[in-house]
Amino acid sequence: METKVTSYKHCDVVKVSGRVDSATAPQFSESLQNITDQGRFKIILDFSSLDFISSAGLRVLINTQKTCKRYNRGEVVLTNLPPNIYAALDLSGFTTLFQIFDDVLTAVGNF
Amino acid sequence: MKTITLPGRYENLVKISEFIRQAAQDAGLDSFAVYSVETAVDEACSNIIEHAYGGEGHGDIECSCSVEAAGLVIRLRDHGKPFKPQNIHAPDIHAPLKKRPSHGLGIYIMRKWMDDVRFEFSPETGNLVTMIKHLERKP
Repeated sequence: METKVTSYKHCDVVKVSGRVDSATAPQFSESLQNITDQGRFKIILDFSSLDFISSAGLRVLINTQKTCKRYNRGEVVLTNLPPNIYAALDLSGFTTLFQIFDDVLTAVGNF
Repeated sequence: MKTITLPGRYENLVKISEFIRQAAQDAGLDSFAVYSVETAVDEACSNIIEHAYGGEGHGDIECSCSVEAAGLVIRLRDHGKPFKPQNIHAPDIHAPLKKRPSHGLGIYIMRKWMDDVRFEFSPETGNLVTMIKHLERKP
């Protein structure tokens, strides 16, 4: 798994590629925590190159969403979901907890 | 029947996934069915490492695949702690964010995405998870 963070004035875009499983979820969590530790809570996750996510990755998503939404200071939104990844999120009831955008540009415009 | 045995470490999940993906593709499953089997097996193996063995490096996971009358049959064996599947409750996937638990999705995903999931526990042969994915019969 790799993450690449691009910081904008109002939000951060994190492009996640490869596999998020129990082996790599701690690293995924750390890269998101680096952002929230800076007091930045508007995060766009670009999943266009994400091949696989397990419940360990879903756990990171939900914990980060809880952190970001606290005090209405921000939120995590998702973009570019491959169909398999969308299916995993939908099965787990995550599609109601996250705004989903077709592309990064629209998501950036939302913040 | 094809089998691999690997030490129960998270870094080996990717190897088990590759093995499963190949077996599921060879069985003729479509790409979403392959993904769902891969996910179910990943969840089962993560649970074995985390819960049965109580962490990494405490024992092996034996993973075998075969195409049988019931479909693609995957068997995962470990020699860790047994558990009571009936004590694992399905997570509330409709709960609001604040009340949404961050654990408990693994077995739920396994049960949803496989056609059959069975757990057996034996003091002699260890713990066995059997998961079946039906194959679509071509007309």
